[in-house]
Amino acid sequence: MATRVVVQTRDFELTTEYQRLLDSAPDAGGVVTFIGRVRAGQDRVRALTLEHYPAMTEPALGRIARAAEDRFAVQSINIVHRVGTLPAGAQIVFVGTAGTHRNDAFKACRFLIDVLKTQAPFWKKEHTEQGEHWVAAREIDADAARQWLE
Amino acid sequence: MIKILFFADTRERLGLAELDWDQDQATTVAELRTALAQRGERWRFFADGELLCAVNQTLCDAKTALQAGDEVAFFPPVTGG
Repeated sequence: MATRVVVQTRDFELTTEYQRLLDSAPDAGGVVTFIGRVRAGQDRVRALTLEHYPAMTEPALGRIARAAEDRFAVQSINIVHRVGTLPAGAQIVFVGTAGTHRNDAFKACRFLIDVLKTQAPFWKKEHTEQGEHWVAAREIDADAARQWLE
Repeated sequence: MIKILFFADTRERLGLAELDWDQDQATTVAELRTALAQRGERWRFFADGELLCAVNQTLCDAKTALQAGDEVAFFPPVTGG
């Protein structure tokens, strides 16, 4: 089992992160990747600032990855989460899983992003034409995490 | 001494990123929150606001006991991903 979790300001490349999954799971029959991006949306968000709790972030992501390993038959997990100020359209997060079969790879990827959204210490501030404000946590995200955790 | 950290909206509402706290004044997260809420008007939301707490970089609940040397962080519900 190979797990990699990274918090960085710089952008990431899908092909590079995909290759990392393959390098640590050469026999994987199914690879699932998810990328989250900054949405302009109805509020016409120009940029997002992502703050985090540096001493806790990578340990928290590691705990979430271990929980996924315990539940699903995957051989490799790779999580990259960006922090800092990111313009609309920028990539925020990469979650990749590689497993023998697709079912566990899909489920593990979904578990990771759903749980990350409610347990990893990141906060988004939106910069819009009307000003800036902290994004409120959404009940729909809490529900998505709850379906895995209860 | 307990080191208390504040993040995101919590930090901005207080105008404060960290605070050193004499641990004799509180023994659990709930008691610390109550004590902080009494520091003044800006701190009132510690009494009833929706805040998460981490002790030594792990999310915890109100019953968690605190001891000298702990790092305690208060912050709003997280919004990453």
